[in-house]
Amino acid sequence: MCYLFLVIFSLWAASGTAQDWEDEQVFPEEQAARVLTVLSSTDTSFFASIIEGFIARNPSVQVRYLVTSTAEIDTVFRASPAAFDIVISSAMDLQIKLANDGLALEIEGLNYPNWAAWRRSLFAFTTEPAAIVINRAAFAGQSVPETRQDLIQVLRAQPEAFEDKLGTYDVRVSGVGYLFATQDARTSETYWRLMEVMGSLGTRLYCCSGDMIEDLAAGRITVAYNVLGSYAIARTDLADQIEVILPADFQTTMMRTALVSAQTGQPELATAFIRHLIDAQSNEDMFPLPPLQDAAKAGQPTITLEPALMTYLDALKKRTFLDEWVNAVIQ
Amino acid sequence: MSEAVRVSGSLRNRLTVILIGGAAILAVLLFFIVRNYAAQIAQQSQDNILGASVTSILGAAIIRDGAVEVDFPYASFSMLNTDSDDRVFYAIYQDDTLLSGYESLPLVAPDFGEGTVFRSATIQGTTLRVATASRVLIGEDRRTRISVSVAQTQDALSGVLNRISRNVALFGAGFFALATLLAFWATSTTIGQLKRLTTSVTRRGPQDLSPVVKPVPSEMVPLVSSLNHLMSRLDHSLSQSEDFIAEAAHRVRTPLATVRSHAEATLQRVGREENRQALRSMVRAIDESSRAAGQLLDHAMITFRADHLDRQDLDLVDLVQELVLRLTPVADMKDVDLRLDAAPGIRVAADPILLQNAIRNLIDNALKYSPSDSTIMIRLRSAPHIQVEICDEGPGFPPDQIGGLVARFARGSNADGIIGSGLGLTIAQDVALAHGGHISLANRPEGGACVTFSL
Ligand SMILES: Nc1ncnc2c1ncn2[C@@H]1O[C@H](COP(=O)(O)OP(=O)(O)OP(=O)(O)O)[C@@H](O)[C@H]1O
Ligand SMILES: [Mg+2]
Repeated sequence: MCYLFLVIFSLWAASGTAQDWEDEQVFPEEQAARVLTVLSSTDTSFFASIIEGFIARNPSVQVRYLVTSTAEIDTVFRASPAAFDIVISSAMDLQIKLANDGLALEIEGLNYPNWAAWRRSLFAFTTEPAAIVINRAAFAGQSVPETRQDLIQVLRAQPEAFEDKLGTYDVRVSGVGYLFATQDARTSETYWRLMEVMGSLGTRLYCCSGDMIEDLAAGRITVAYNVLGSYAIARTDLADQIEVILPADFQTTMMRTALVSAQTGQPELATAFIRHLIDAQSNEDMFPLPPLQDAAKAGQPTITLEPALMTYLDALKKRTFLDEWVNAVIQ
Repeated sequence: MSEAVRVSGSLRNRLTVILIGGAAILAVLLFFIVRNYAAQIAQQSQDNILGASVTSILGAAIIRDGAVEVDFPYASFSMLNTDSDDRVFYAIYQDDTLLSGYESLPLVAPDFGEGTVFRSATIQGTTLRVATASRVLIGEDRRTRISVSVAQTQDALSGVLNRISRNVALFGAGFFALATLLAFWATSTTIGQLKRLTTSVTRRGPQDLSPVVKPVPSEMVPLVSSLNHLMSRLDHSLSQSEDFIAEAAHRVRTPLATVRSHAEATLQRVGREENRQALRSMVRAIDESSRAAGQLLDHAMITFRADHLDRQDLDLVDLVQELVLRLTPVADMKDVDLRLDAAPGIRVAADPILLQNAIRNLIDNALKYSPSDSTIMIRLRSAPHIQVEICDEGPGFPPDQIGGLVARFARGSNADGIIGSGLGLTIAQDVALAHGGHISLANRPEGGACVTFSL
């Protein structure tokens, strides 16, 4: 279904007609004097309360919240940077490249820790680890894998039980999936071994964490690798069906980032939104996402906001990496 | 005597201005040199990192299955991380075609060897530092040149430079302040030497024409030695003219005295009344000449000494007393009574020779112009001014001439037949003026002349 979506998507983008969004919401319904357009990869459910808090403070403002995939955000935003005021994405590499290419507005006077911001134009506001999520029923009576190595052993021990029951991001279409994959590969060789094992068992590929979680809960798959832990934990309604495992060997932790378009027509309003987003972190009721955590304090390495993130966006490197990945996963 | 010296600028100011100006120029120069040097070093370190990044990317280039692969490490960009989050651009070219990276980063002419070339470029309005290097890859059937450019903005660099500039500016200002203090100190010690010489010359007594013996800085030696030379010449010519005056007086008076004694002797021997008359007027003319010579020389001596007043602390009463004693025989011959009326101990700082000369002339006048059997009163006063008053009982000054009698060679109508040259009052007045005083002539209502000599 997700795939279909993307096909339609790219067709529409190519034909240059109106964009079709995964979700499009307007807060509030009534027409307002000023409209702030937010382009985001984050599901609306996580952002509704944040936007409502912003509207409460700025009554004459209407927020248009558009949701699409991280890779699509990059394409759409680069094509018309003046059409959007705010860009929010979990693909840190794509975001940093936008800022590096001069598409993000520098915001002065925002007192933010250096590790959580880049060039005063890209601001991180969540800390979200990639998780292994399993179907509880499928692992009933067995010990739950704690590490990637454990997972490899479990898969190897009962290949028939997991045949076609595995899922992960299709890194060719998902920006954040590609980010997790490249960072995993950078950290440990185990990633490639896991991918080979998963590939040999016929892994399903997804565009988005939400779909993986749905399929896990429904029992269509039993193990999903590199799911956004925050999304899985937020599905309290599915807590009985799924279990979220943060791998003990190493975690790949991503920070969701926001930037203001350099070509925004309303820099003050957009800056106010970023300010609100940063302030909202301390308000649990308004902020359903895991707030920013100092990586040094949390004891877990977080992907650092630095231009080196652009390494795997390099056309040659991306080609090499995807070739290798396809070789491993799609056999 | 004390003619105003014409002033042209000030050595102290000139020296201070030169030193402070020099310090200011040095401080500014220092600022620019250090800043420039720091800029070079900062640029050098950025270049080094860019060069390393280029090398690591270039090192990863290989030909696999006929296609170029550049699987460069994460560190290639990681090493470019800066505090100011500088933007990074790169481009990988195979011969003239862009393999990956930013199109906006054009390839420099690839006609360079194995070294890395650094240049500055402007992309999207920001200044970038670009490092470029290339390498030839040899495949099975072809050679291909891979060129890699890595560029970075210079925010961190300019931050460092600004910090350095600020520090260097502070340093320069400190240097300037210190140099200024030093300039003031150097100036005042240098000028101090001159001042010391000036005070040592100013403090000298009027007769002190001895050379300066205190050691002076070598630069002042020519000045001091010409000063010493000038003073010794002055000393020499002064003593010469003093000698000359004494010598001249002697030379005029001695022959006159000889002529006079011959005339007197001849007078004894001559019998004819008309010859005796001629001889008498001859003796009288000789007396007049001798008196005139004496007074002229005294006057010259006084004019000369007045310029180099030799003030001494002396007792005025003693001085006048002595004069009175000396003149008493002359007074006795005329039956004139010389009376001195003075409270003892009037001290005065004056040139004794001049004072004697002046008062002697005044007493001499009183003796000359008053009749015999009279009294001459000499009164000394110490308050309100030091005064010597000489009053006689003679006919007094001719009232219509009283104003002009102190002039040189002026003689009153009452002086007919009395030997004199008209310089006595002039001498007395010159002496009084030289000591900052004056004389005044008056006739007493009861008769008699009164001269008041004030110091
Ligand atoms: N005590 C005096 N009484 C009257 N007349 C005086 C008296 N003293 C001076 N004079 C008058 O003032 C004139 C000037 O006096 P001054 O002493 O200058 O000259 P001098 O006595 O004539 O000559 P010199 O003193 O040089 O031999 C005298 O010629 C005389 O006329
Ligand atoms: Mg006289």
